[in-house]
Amino acid sequence: MKDVLVRSHIKHRISGSFFWFTMLFFYAPLLVLIVFSFNEGRSMNFTGFSFKWYKVLFFDSAKLWGSFYNTLLIAVTSALVSTVIGTLGAIGIYWYNFKMKRYLEVVSYLPIILPEIIIGVSMLMFFAGMNMPLGLSTIIIAHITFNIPYVLLIVIARLSEFDYSIIEAAHDLGATEMDTLLKVIIPMCIPGILSGFLMAITLSVDDFVITFFVTGPGASTLPLHIYSMLRFGLSPAINALSVILIVGSLAMAFMSKKLFKHMFN
Amino acid sequence: MIGGTVKVHNVSKNFGTTQVLKDIKLEINAGEFFSLLGPSGCGKTTLLRIIAGFEIPTSGDILLDNESVINKAPNERHVNTIFQNYALFPHLTVFENVAFSLRLKKIDKNIIKSRVAEYVNLVRLQEHINKYPAQLSGGQRQRVSIARALINEPRVLLLDEPLSALDAKLRQDLLMELDRIHDIIGITFIYVTHDQEEAMSVSDRIAVMQEGNLLQVGTPFEIYESPADMFVADFIGASNNIEGKVIEVTENRAYIETPDIGRITVDLDKKLKASDHIKVTLRPEKIHISKKAPSLDSPKWNCISGKVDQMVYTGSHTRFIIKTEHGRVFKTFKQHAQYFTDEEPIQWEDNVYMWWHADDSFIVEVNGNR
Repeated sequence: MKDVLVRSHIKHRISGSFFWFTMLFFYAPLLVLIVFSFNEGRSMNFTGFSFKWYKVLFFDSAKLWGSFYNTLLIAVTSALVSTVIGTLGAIGIYWYNFKMKRYLEVVSYLPIILPEIIIGVSMLMFFAGMNMPLGLSTIIIAHITFNIPYVLLIVIARLSEFDYSIIEAAHDLGATEMDTLLKVIIPMCIPGILSGFLMAITLSVDDFVITFFVTGPGASTLPLHIYSMLRFGLSPAINALSVILIVGSLAMAFMSKKLFKHMFN
Repeated sequence: MIGGTVKVHNVSKNFGTTQVLKDIKLEINAGEFFSLLGPSGCGKTTLLRIIAGFEIPTSGDILLDNESVINKAPNERHVNTIFQNYALFPHLTVFENVAFSLRLKKIDKNIIKSRVAEYVNLVRLQEHINKYPAQLSGGQRQRVSIARALINEPRVLLLDEPLSALDAKLRQDLLMELDRIHDIIGITFIYVTHDQEEAMSVSDRIAVMQEGNLLQVGTPFEIYESPADMFVADFIGASNNIEGKVIEVTENRAYIETPDIGRITVDLDKKLKASDHIKVTLRPEKIHISKKAPSLDSPKWNCISGKVDQMVYTGSHTRFIIKTEHGRVFKTFKQHAQYFTDEEPIQWEDNVYMWWHADDSFIVEVNGNR
């Protein structure tokens, strides 16, 4: 009996230490970032507490903010468009029968499977071939492209929870195709559509490789801007911005969880 | 409200090369509780979906109140369907689910409110009216779908195995509920099921189907007591099938020579002549069983003996499987009026006598014809 207790105690200790190691790997870098955002100096030695870099961020970083707004604009636009296309595509692929349906589905998922660098290069060649000036518009088109399959995947997962007889019931009760789409299918998929939208925003804000290829003069995004700053030494103002972003995303994650709970209880 | 009549006029349906419905002719009367009964894959659901308008027949016509509806969409026919898996709208409350079709017709809000309340009361879900489908039990969900269909005041309600997703006890309750609603509303119900007990207990008439064919249409009594063929006899209730050759035909009886239980006598349910080959069904409850040899007063009785091969005690009665000396197996049971005083209980491997009256068997097939 004592043996068992000792053994379970050891087991508990092992799983506990695994947990703490995981947490450490995940969050130690973030913690360092947060701490150094309040550093007085520029180097990696903590010389004293100050809000200096937050001041720099808010009053002396016009370029940084410019790329931040670009990122937001690209993320929201591409997420909106890809959510609309992805949702309609998911409904079409899941509930309508047409020729080449299976091929269309597989082809739609290609952007997930292909390496980003290939998508980036091919997009660049495509835009060059079309004589399109590189800039915000090409970035938005590229982001819509790689966001669609994620929305598609998430909405199809939601649709697969329902039986086709729901659609038949709607028709039976007098709903037209349009009524069925607007009053049954889309409301039913709202959780999937919202998750898809949030996923698209996240992916878009995050993207570096594809954006790097299709960007043009004056259309820098946050990841591109941070990367370019590396050459002149990273300003700790980035740390300050990162802290604000971390707090912002955490707040959004909690809010969306609350919202979902409230909407679909 | 009075229900509509449905005429199925020579309907056939092919899916690719397989024919799932073969020239079905059927007339369903106004206000009837009519069941389509058969094993899975017999075409009963396809026939219901053709009546509903979800499938188009390869040939034939559907008449609703003597008017062809074959070119009409499901919502243009005065029928509504109840689906096996409820098909409720998950994002709407009970109230909004039931109100769905009225909202589409843009009916006045107050009228919607009172109509919905009326139908929610009919299915006894008043206290759940603001809940979402996910918060209801299976039986409650199916009642919502019934209210949602009935609020359209259809002439015919089509039910596609509505109870098959429920557990046994709930199924019984909801079946009685359906029967009650049918009595109140009075419209025609067409009920698809593979469960013969369900069909027998509530239907006015039953159509038995197999492999796309309509085998028999009749009241539960007709179908049980005079099945059209051996498939119906076996599918509805339990049956002991006896085959034999007619030896002699008298004024009201025939004598049959069977290979396994010797000579028996049957009533002339159908016209027979000597040397006809016939198949007879004998229901288990028509067979008397005892350890003591009976004293039989009329030549109309048949009596054979055998050994108890299996017995299942179920409380109200005991089911027996009896093996005759030629290895023929008979199903029968004994009702326990007074278990201890009836007679000394029959035990496993006891030798028993079984006897039945010539009236109680039924000639199903003569020379392979129905």
